[in-house]
Formats: sequence, structure tokens, C-alpha cells
Amino acid sequence: MDSKTHQPLAPGTDAPAHDEHAHADHPTWQKYVVIGVILTIITVIEVSAYYIPAWETSRIYVPSMLTLSAAKFIIVVMFYMHLKYDHKLFRALFTGPLIIAIVTIIALLFLFGQIAIRLGLLT
Amino acid sequence: MASTAATVPGLVDPHVSHHHTSTGLDNRKIAIWAFIGSECMLFACLISTYLIYKGRSLVGPYPHEAWTNPQTGVSYPAILDIPITSASTFVLLMSSLAMVLAHNAVVEKRMPRQGTLQRMIGSSKLWLGLTAFLGLIFLGFQAYEFTAFVHEGLTIRTNLFGSSFFTLTGFHGAHVTVGVLWLGTLLAIDMKRGLGPDDALNVDLAALYWHFVDVVWIVIFPLVYLIT
Repeated sequence: MDSKTHQPLAPGTDAPAHDEHAHADHPTWQKYVVIGVILTIITVIEVSAYYIPAWETSRIYVPSMLTLSAAKFIIVVMFYMHLKYDHKLFRALFTGPLIIAIVTIIALLFLFGQIAIRLGLLT
Repeated sequence: MASTAATVPGLVDPHVSHHHTSTGLDNRKIAIWAFIGSECMLFACLISTYLIYKGRSLVGPYPHEAWTNPQTGVSYPAILDIPITSASTFVLLMSSLAMVLAHNAVVEKRMPRQGTLQRMIGSSKLWLGLTAFLGLIFLGFQAYEFTAFVHEGLTIRTNLFGSSFFTLTGFHGAHVTVGVLWLGTLLAIDMKRGLGPDDALNVDLAALYWHFVDVVWIVIFPLVYLIT
């Protein structure tokens, strides 16, 4: 590639596969390890919450579990799957179906009354 | 088609590296993201089914509560084993870390490395092998869990919980198995001729699949095991 005409390209573009500029924005291995530690800490918090009766029986238990799970999900997708650094088309290809999936789950839970039962609106 | 040029470091195979697409993006990477998007909807259906049937089983064993069979008088404890599953969850998380380090090692293969730690970080064989090994350990945990459940009286035909649980976690386990096989092929190639920056996209595709399998478990673990 002519260095005078070289433009930094997003990973997965038609740049030569060995082009290390395509990888330049990615985190270093140290950052990947730090992210792994953060994911482990979140998992420890999740499991600990299950064994703390005051937390496990409280109203914030389910929202806190869903929040922690969502945090782990976002961290893995953004950093390990490099979606934070990748082309926006890849982001669209993932987030589009993901939104449909989440809406489907919520709609089905409403339809079959599971959310109403958990909120105490139905028995 | 691989050519000699692609296997020699520093040379670029024009057929591999310079194929142009209308989007300017590699078709294989678009395909894997489209596939992952479709897999999101598959697992959404399986998770929905599990959640809809949750708490609606007429007979035990139940996931979080003990149950006594009124006909036989046999008691069954709560069937889910949280410590074991927590360990397998940790194993899968660490496999994701190993996978991203494997990808990093392949991309930066030509970077000079000195010292034991740097050489370890730069060893794609080590990280690919570790990822596959951790995947196998996860599958071992799942095989143990399924076997224990069957011995405790819960099969896919026992009740709604058994049907939806085995279907959901079984599908996930099948995906992990495919991932381990994929990693095994990459490791075999790495052993045979070595993976370098020219192979970064091939490793990236496997990594994206493997991380997706991990994020699916990140969702399944609290929904199935921790939320009572």
C-alpha cells in the first residue's frame, strides 16, 4: 500500500490483513486483563448477592441482577468483541437483532403474564 | 485459496488481502455479525420459553425449592447447584479473556518480544489452546450437571422446567462444542504452519463467535440460576 495514500481503516475493512494500523485502536493485553478482572468481580458480586438473604429477598434483587448481567454483556461486546472500535455497520448488524430479541422477550413475558405475576398484579 | 505468498511472513497474497467489496468491509466479517445477530433472536426465543414456563411445573424436581413426591414420598432437594455453575461461569469468562489474548497475539505476531511474560503474551498457541481447554472444562461441568440432574430424577420429559432448562442450556452447550472444534482447527493450523497477522481475520471470526457464546451465558446464568 502506498504510504502517501494510506488512510487508517476500521478492522474488517479491505486493508491488507497484516496492516497493524487496523489494530492500532484496540486495547493492549494489559487492558484486556483488567477487563477480565472487572468481569470476575461483577460475577462474584452476582453470586454473593444470591447468598445474602437480605439482598436476595429484597425488591432490588432482580433489577440488580439484570443490571450486573447487562454490564458484563456490554463490557464483553464493546471490548472483547471490539464493537466499540469497529465499523458502524457491524454495530447495526448486532444491535438491530438484539433490540428485536429484547423486545420479543419482554412482549412474550407480558403476553403470558409473567411480569404481572412478579409485580403482584396477577396470581 | 491459500497461496505460498500468504504463508510467508511479510508477503501479502493479493487474492486474499485485496478483494474489494461494495461496502468496503470484508464479507466474512459482515456474515459473522449477521449470524451473531440471528443467534441473538434464537436464544431470545429459548430464554423466553424458559421464563414463560418458570414456576409452572406441576411436578418436581424444582430449580430452587425442595419437593416431595406425594405418590412415593421421596424428597428431592432444590436441583440447581449454584457453586458448580458459578465455577463453570468463571471458567467461560476466563476463556473469553484467553481468546482475546490469542487474537492479540496473532495480530502482533511480528512484534519483537523479550522476557518470559512477553513471550507468553505473544504465544497464540498457548492462548488458543487455553481457550479450547477452558471450553472443554465448561462442557465437562455441563455434562456433570446434566448427569446429576438425571440421577436426581429430572430429565427433559419430567416437567416444564426440565424441558425448557435442558433445551436452553443444551443449545448453549452445543454452541460451545462447535466453538471448541473451531478453536481446535485454528490450533492445528497454528501448530502446522503458525498463525500470523495475515490470519488475523480468521482468528477474529472465531473470537467473535466464542465471545458471543460467552455473552449468551452471561445472560443465562442470572436468569436461570440466580433469580429465584
